[in-house]
Amino acid sequence: MGWPVLRQFLGGDPLGRSSSVVSRKTTEITPRTTTADRAVQSVCPYCAVGCGQKVFVSDEKVVQIEGDPESPISRGRLCPKGSASEQLVNSDTRQTTVLYRAPRAKDWQEMDLETATEMVVDRFLESRRNKWQDVDEHGRHLGRTMGIASLGGATLDNEENYLIKKLFTAAGAIQIENQARI
Amino acid sequence: MANADCIIIQGSNMAEAHPVGFQWVTEAKARGAKVIHVDPRFSRTSAVADKHVPIRAGSDIVLLGALINYVIEHEKWFNDYVVAYTNAASIINEDFRDTEDLDGLFSGFDPETGGYDMSSWSYEPDRAAHSGNPGDPGNDGDAAAEQDGAEESVEAAGDQYGMGGPELDVSKPRRDETLQHPRSVFQILKRHYSRYTPEMVRDVCGISIEDFELLARTVTENSGRERTTCFAYAVGWTQHTVGAQYIRTATILQLLLGNMGRPGGGIMALRGHASIQGSTDIPTLFNLLPGYLPMPTVEKEDLATYLDGIASKKQKGYWANADAYTISLLKAWWGDAATEENDWGYGYLPRLTGPHGTYQTVEGMMAGEVEGYFILGQNPAVGSANGRMQRMGMANLKWLVVRDFQLIESATWWKDGPEIETGELRTEDIETEVFFFPAANHVEKAGTFTQTQRLVQWRHQAVQPPGDAQSELQFFYEVGRRIRARLAGSTDPQDRALLDLTWDYPVDEHGEPDGDAVLQEINGRHLTGPDAGKHLSTFNEMKADGSTEGGCWIYTGVYADGINHAADRETGVADGPAGKEWGWAWPANRRILYNRASADPEGKPWSERKKLVWWDEDEGRWVGNDVPDFPVTLAPGTIPDPEAGGPAALAGDDAFIMQADGKGWLFAPKGMVDGPLPTHYEAQESPVPNVMYAQQHNPTRVTVPRSDNYSKPSAGMPGADVYPFLFTTYRLTEHHTAGGMSRWLPYLSELQPEMFCEVSPELAAERGLEPYDWATIVSPRAAIEAKVLVTERMRPLRIGGADAQTVHQIGLPYHWGVGGDAVVSGDSANDLIGVTLDPNVLIQGSKVGACDIIPGRRPRGTDLLDFVAGYQRRAGLTVDSGNEGVTGTGEDAGPEADPMAPPEMTSARPHPPADGPVVPHDPPGPLGRKPRPRDSQQPSQQPSRQPPATEPRTGRED
Repeated sequence: MGWPVLRQFLGGDPLGRSSSVVSRKTTEITPRTTTADRAVQSVCPYCAVGCGQKVFVSDEKVVQIEGDPESPISRGRLCPKGSASEQLVNSDTRQTTVLYRAPRAKDWQEMDLETATEMVVDRFLESRRNKWQDVDEHGRHLGRTMGIASLGGATLDNEENYLIKKLFTAAGAIQIENQARI
Repeated sequence: MANADCIIIQGSNMAEAHPVGFQWVTEAKARGAKVIHVDPRFSRTSAVADKHVPIRAGSDIVLLGALINYVIEHEKWFNDYVVAYTNAASIINEDFRDTEDLDGLFSGFDPETGGYDMSSWSYEPDRAAHSGNPGDPGNDGDAAAEQDGAEESVEAAGDQYGMGGPELDVSKPRRDETLQHPRSVFQILKRHYSRYTPEMVRDVCGISIEDFELLARTVTENSGRERTTCFAYAVGWTQHTVGAQYIRTATILQLLLGNMGRPGGGIMALRGHASIQGSTDIPTLFNLLPGYLPMPTVEKEDLATYLDGIASKKQKGYWANADAYTISLLKAWWGDAATEENDWGYGYLPRLTGPHGTYQTVEGMMAGEVEGYFILGQNPAVGSANGRMQRMGMANLKWLVVRDFQLIESATWWKDGPEIETGELRTEDIETEVFFFPAANHVEKAGTFTQTQRLVQWRHQAVQPPGDAQSELQFFYEVGRRIRARLAGSTDPQDRALLDLTWDYPVDEHGEPDGDAVLQEINGRHLTGPDAGKHLSTFNEMKADGSTEGGCWIYTGVYADGINHAADRETGVADGPAGKEWGWAWPANRRILYNRASADPEGKPWSERKKLVWWDEDEGRWVGNDVPDFPVTLAPGTIPDPEAGGPAALAGDDAFIMQADGKGWLFAPKGMVDGPLPTHYEAQESPVPNVMYAQQHNPTRVTVPRSDNYSKPSAGMPGADVYPFLFTTYRLTEHHTAGGMSRWLPYLSELQPEMFCEVSPELAAERGLEPYDWATIVSPRAAIEAKVLVTERMRPLRIGGADAQTVHQIGLPYHWGVGGDAVVSGDSANDLIGVTLDPNVLIQGSKVGACDIIPGRRPRGTDLLDFVAGYQRRAGLTVDSGNEGVTGTGEDAGPEADPMAPPEMTSARPHPPADGPVVPHDPPGPLGRKPRPRDSQQPSQQPSRQPPATEPRTGRED
């Protein structure tokens, strides 16, 4: 009688949602969501439905992400992607350091953030100047650079897109694009 | 959608791609709504719909056009709505010629540029309304001879306009409210769609007459005063060379049925990324500034010229205030350095000279023009059409910055991409420097996403990002700060815009800028006067005199009263999906756009059942269950001062307040570069000829004639049958786009581990494909391999009437890519897809591709290149294949073929394309050209009809 499927059918719990799925182990454990230090309201990062998420945090680590029942859009539900988003945060393969691949190199090398940021700034300014166009062939004002382009934004925050567009436009870079045209 | 009586899902697999949103469809259905799914593939959406209607990919305009025709023929249109709120009664210029007259072209086509002069599509002015307006052409001379706008050719690319489209010269057109005038929009519409019949639907779309009639009956029975029908679409409608016109066709239908601006109506764009709506509103797009203001083109030399191109001060509605929105934006960006004397800093904006979209950028990389590239949370090596072009472009960069969570294929193509395997690229030869920066994810930063219904939702930060991971906010704030520091003291005029930029944001102890401060800048503030420093509450407070700033006018109000309304969470589930205190929807926290149309011209709800906003006579204002999308005290029946412009020019029944004439456009007198009415053209790689018109393809589409971007020869041309099948691409529930956020997650990778293709049992039998074994799919660009899923969900369709042929469609998910770092990898469907673009928005047509399919794995190494080249030789591909421009005569069919023509039209001289002065037009960008007439584009080498020396290899089991 210890076999769960027997308990399910013989124990008055045909749907297997009650006593038949309880064991000593399951009664002794508690969900991470109840022991978390806090639950932070967020929004799912995948598609554009905008489902509410509750991000459960213990010891400054994300321990679980679940649907937010308060959300009038999603009413607590998440799809497989949204339900898996805890792995998006805590993935073993997630990169947390800067990598650099030199010209013709066969592999990455690690690089500190400060050095890499400065190198990007160097290249940004150089390419900007290399491909700067003051005027077109009719002498009309262009004030732009064709040396720098960017792709991305549909997974980013509005505030981030705003700063990206603002900075690139002021720098004269016009080839700024994102998924919306793909 | 929860309030709809009928939901048509077409061009979307909502149940699988937007599963949680689909609960509202389920809820509507539980309340009795009919749900019909129109899609090439039977999917989970079809499974729970009342009816699945299989359709040939690329034929939707015929189906929707036939619904329009059905509505007109059966007198099912909502007449009171149509007359009051649409431009059905407006009279069009007598020079206009329809595709019925010109063999598939509209008047104004210029075969040299491949574009239209739109001047003949304009309204005929109402002489009474225009009298006393000395600058108006309608005021002098004979109106019949002098059409407003006809003196000036108007030819432009879609990327030159913001959302407002181009300025409309005639905002007060002549009208015939009986809809009987032969040049009324209604009669033109009736005539244009008269050949879009159920029989044509059967022959072109592969849909039976019974299925069509069921669809037509269901839609019309569920539209009107008491009932509303909603359409939902996704990229199944947009990713076509006539994609923008797909949406327009649905718009016409929904306007005729009175389904716009009403609860349970509308056309829902189901967008696919958390903030893809936001990144269009506050755009990281080349042709737009925030709030759908256009990026200036080189012709717009000063601010006044730029503003004239957006809206006339004389036209109706809120675009007439574009000066206030633009100057407020310039003040937000350049602060005190933006002054009236320097045109508010307009000179700091760089200028466009044609399309600079993502595919043109790739061409720029190959040409050595683009040196550096930032990839921000996107994976173009897998996710963009013609993946090989993307990777080869990146291999020609000087430097590349990839910011992501994982080592996506766009970061590692130089060591394990497909071209390394084929030997086309050697790692030790690639000069590109690659920087990978780890990014913070959605719980590690605070900010807003805008979801698919324009709802802006704030996310609170839960934890700090790990290691060196940073938000884009911090990374770009830092890059900008350092650039400005480097340039400090520069006297070079090109550096002025950077040095004068407002770039002071408070940062926390981790160096993270305050996203809330950025949102406040986006919202805007008063700069002077008693309210100086106070946040703007609505964009109506924006001024053109430099006294206000605001980074995105449509978002003004998100921080009204100094409160972050995107973070509002004041509701329970009981409020339903329109809970107004949960987040903030632009504009003005309005949940349904154009909701004035939910009431009749007198301001009363069309029905009790479908009421939303209405005029309260006692209060003298619009009230109801949503924020009224109308000047709140503008009474029904108001007739505006004919001299007025902007919002003051709106009449009490001008429900479409952003349109220059206040009406919903059945006919687009300007703005759509490929025609004022949607017209069926076959896709670039369609398997069949266009039976509706001699014009095979959209003549204005942007082709990319390159040897790395071959197209299949058009249907009926030699070599077309080398790629006999149609493939279409789609998403799975368990993966996300190019896989950067899903193929590295073990749960999701386990759920969907392998690239596969869906084929019908008939096609499997024809090609010898075995279930769960491998197949190789080869297009004119590439070959990939996939596991075979034989399923009746794919159904062969009979297309073409008397000469009917069977069209087999192959389904391909596009989430996999070739690389060494993901949990699961596989060949990328996007490598198969060619780049040919919609002329309005420059999106690629990726829903209809041509291919062959054979059993077995694809060849490896250089053998793969030989395999693809063997097919190309057999088909005789050249850069001109499939890229014909005009394929009909383009000549006026004359009065005999034109029973609807009014008397004055029969005497009109034949109207050769573009017989007026042509405004100097931007040359196409480095990549992309308009197709030219066929005679100038004959393939330079005659395609070989001979079979290849050896049959294509079937691949081997590696």
